Amino acid sequence: MTEMQLTGPREQLFTADIRQRLDSWIAKYPPGQAQSAVIPALHILQEHHDGWLSKPLMQALAVYLDMAEISVYEVATFYTMYELEPTGRHKINLCTNISCQLCGSEKIASHLQRKLGIGFGETTSDGKFTLREVECLGACVGAPMLLLDKQYHEHLTPAKVDAILDGVK
Amino acid sequence: MQQLNQVCFRTLHFDQPWTLENYRKVGGYKVLEQILGDKTRQEDIIEQIKNSALRGRGGAGFPTGLKWSFMPRKMPGAKYIVCNSDEGEPGTCKDRDIMRYNPHQLIEGMIIAGYTIGAEAGYNYIRGEFYEPIERFEQALVEAREAGYLGKNILGSGFNFELHTHPGAGAYICGEETALLESLEGKKGQPRYKPPFPAGYGLYGRPTTINNTETLASVPVILQHGADWFHELGTPNNGGQKIFCMTGHVNKPGNYEVPLGMPFAELLELAGGVREGHQLKAVIPGGSSTPVVPADVMMQTEMSYDGIGKAGSMLGAGSVIVMDDSTCMVKALERIAYFYYEESCGQCTPCREGTGWLYRVINRIENGQGQQEDLDRLIDVAENINGNTICALGDAAAAPVISFIKHFREEFQYHIDHGCCMVEQDEPQGLRQYG
Repeated sequence: MTEMQLTGPREQLFTADIRQRLDSWIAKYPPGQAQSAVIPALHILQEHHDGWLSKPLMQALAVYLDMAEISVYEVATFYTMYELEPTGRHKINLCTNISCQLCGSEKIASHLQRKLGIGFGETTSDGKFTLREVECLGACVGAPMLLLDKQYHEHLTPAKVDAILDGVK
Repeated sequence: MQQLNQVCFRTLHFDQPWTLENYRKVGGYKVLEQILGDKTRQEDIIEQIKNSALRGRGGAGFPTGLKWSFMPRKMPGAKYIVCNSDEGEPGTCKDRDIMRYNPHQLIEGMIIAGYTIGAEAGYNYIRGEFYEPIERFEQALVEAREAGYLGKNILGSGFNFELHTHPGAGAYICGEETALLESLEGKKGQPRYKPPFPAGYGLYGRPTTINNTETLASVPVILQHGADWFHELGTPNNGGQKIFCMTGHVNKPGNYEVPLGMPFAELLELAGGVREGHQLKAVIPGGSSTPVVPADVMMQTEMSYDGIGKAGSMLGAGSVIVMDDSTCMVKALERIAYFYYEESCGQCTPCREGTGWLYRVINRIENGQGQQEDLDRLIDVAENINGNTICALGDAAAAPVISFIKHFREEFQYHIDHGCCMVEQDEPQGLRQYG
C-alpha cells in the first residue's frame, strides 16, 4: 500500500493516482456538485486503505470534496459497505434473507461459522476472513449465495464453500 | 405458447449477449437512429409508450408513458433521467441479469427516454455490490460512446446526451426514488417528502424522471415493434412480457421473461414445479413487501398487475418466492420482519420503532416465548406503521405481517400455545437472533 497523504493542501491529498480517480468521478456530475462523488470516493479510499475507513481518511475526503466532515461521516455510517474499523483481508458476506433461507442458507451459515471458528461480525485470528450476515444481494435465483470480496458465489453447498475458501490465498 | 424472452432478454440466445455487435443483430440502436434522424416529436414517443400499456417494473406499476408526460420537457435548464438499478427487494434479481446480458438495450432506452423528456444527462444508480453488472454496463457505455450514441450532437442530430454509472453502497432504502436522489447527491439515503415529486423537483432540484432498469430496457423494443405488438404480448392494461424471478422451493429457480397474464400454474411449471415430494403452501408474488398468497388462490391467479391485485397482493417487481409445505410461516415472517427493521432509514418514528417491535415480537413467538396477545399486538403495530410514514418502506414492513397472520393465523397460534413449530423441521431449531 502506498502511503497516502491525509493532511495539507487539497492538491496534495491521497496519492496522484487516487486524485486522478476521484477527479474522474467528480467530472461526472455538474459543476458545484462534487459531493455526489462521495460514495464512489469512499469505495476507492477504502480499497486503498486495507478495506476500511479511518477518521483522518474521511476528514481528508471532506476537504477534497469541499464537504462538511459530518456529511462524510453520515454517508460512511449509513451505508453497509463501508467499514469503520480494521477488518479481515477478505470479506465474506452471506445472504440469509428469505429466498436464501428457503434454500438452506442456515446450513451454509453454520458450516461457515464452524469452519472459520468465528461468528457473524467476527474476524479470524489470522486476520484472513471477516464473516458477515447480510441482506438480499439480488442473486436470489442462485440461492443460497455469498459475496466474497467482489465475487458472487451461488448455489452454495458445504462442499462448494470449502472449495471457495481453499481457493483464497 | 408464446415465445419467451422477447423483450429485455432478447439477446440471451447469443454466446456473448452483451456485446454491441450482438445487440445490433436484434435491431439494437435502430430505433434511436430513426428517432434522431426523423427528429420524432417527443409527444409521439410518449403516446406510443402510453399505448403499449408499459407499467413500471420496479414495484409500483405506474404507467410509464404517463410518468414521462409529467416532465416539463420544454422548460429550459438541466433535466435528468435516472435509472433505478438499486435492486434489493428480497427475491428480486432481474435487473442484475439485464445489465449483465443486455446492457446496450438499457443504454438505448435511457438515451431515448432522455430525448423524450428533454434531458441531456442520465445516471444509472446501480447497487454497490453489483461489481459484475457495473463492469458490464461500463464496458457497454464505452462501446456506445465509441459508436457515437453518447456525447455532443449525437449522430449529427444536435441532441446531446451523457450517461454515467453511479454506485450505491449498501442500503435497501435507496431503491425508493427520492432516497436514491439523495444518495446520488452524496447524502445518506433518506426519502424526501412528496410533493414536490421528482418531475418538478428531482436531482439537484431539477426536473427528473426515475424509472426501473427493466422499464427503460423495454422501451427500445416497444418502439421497434410498435405499441400494439407490445400490448398484445400481455393482456389489456398489462402490456408486454415481464421477467419473473422464480425463487425458493422450485426445481429450476431462474429468471423467466413471460407474457403478462400467464397463469401462475404455467409459470411454476416453467420453473420445474415445486420440489419433489412436497406440496405448494404459499407464494409471495412480488417480493418480500407484497402480501403472501395461499397456494389454492395462487394456483388460480394470472401473473399480471391486475390479476395478482385480484388475488389480494401485488405484482411488485415480479419476484415470486415459492414456499412448499416444509416452510414454517413464523420463521419466514421473522426473517422478513428483521429485514425491514435492519433497513429502516430511521427517519420516521412509526417505521424506525415499529419495525423493531414487529421483529422482536415475531422473534419471541418463533423462539417459543410468544404471549397470547401477541398476534393482535402485531396487527396493531403494523396498522400503526401503515400509511404513517414518508415512504413506502413502512407499508412494506406492515404488509407481510398482516397477510401472514391473516392466512396462517393457526400456525402462529400453535407456536404460542405449544412453544414449537407445527411444521416438521429438517434440523432442530435453536434460539436464533438476527443482527
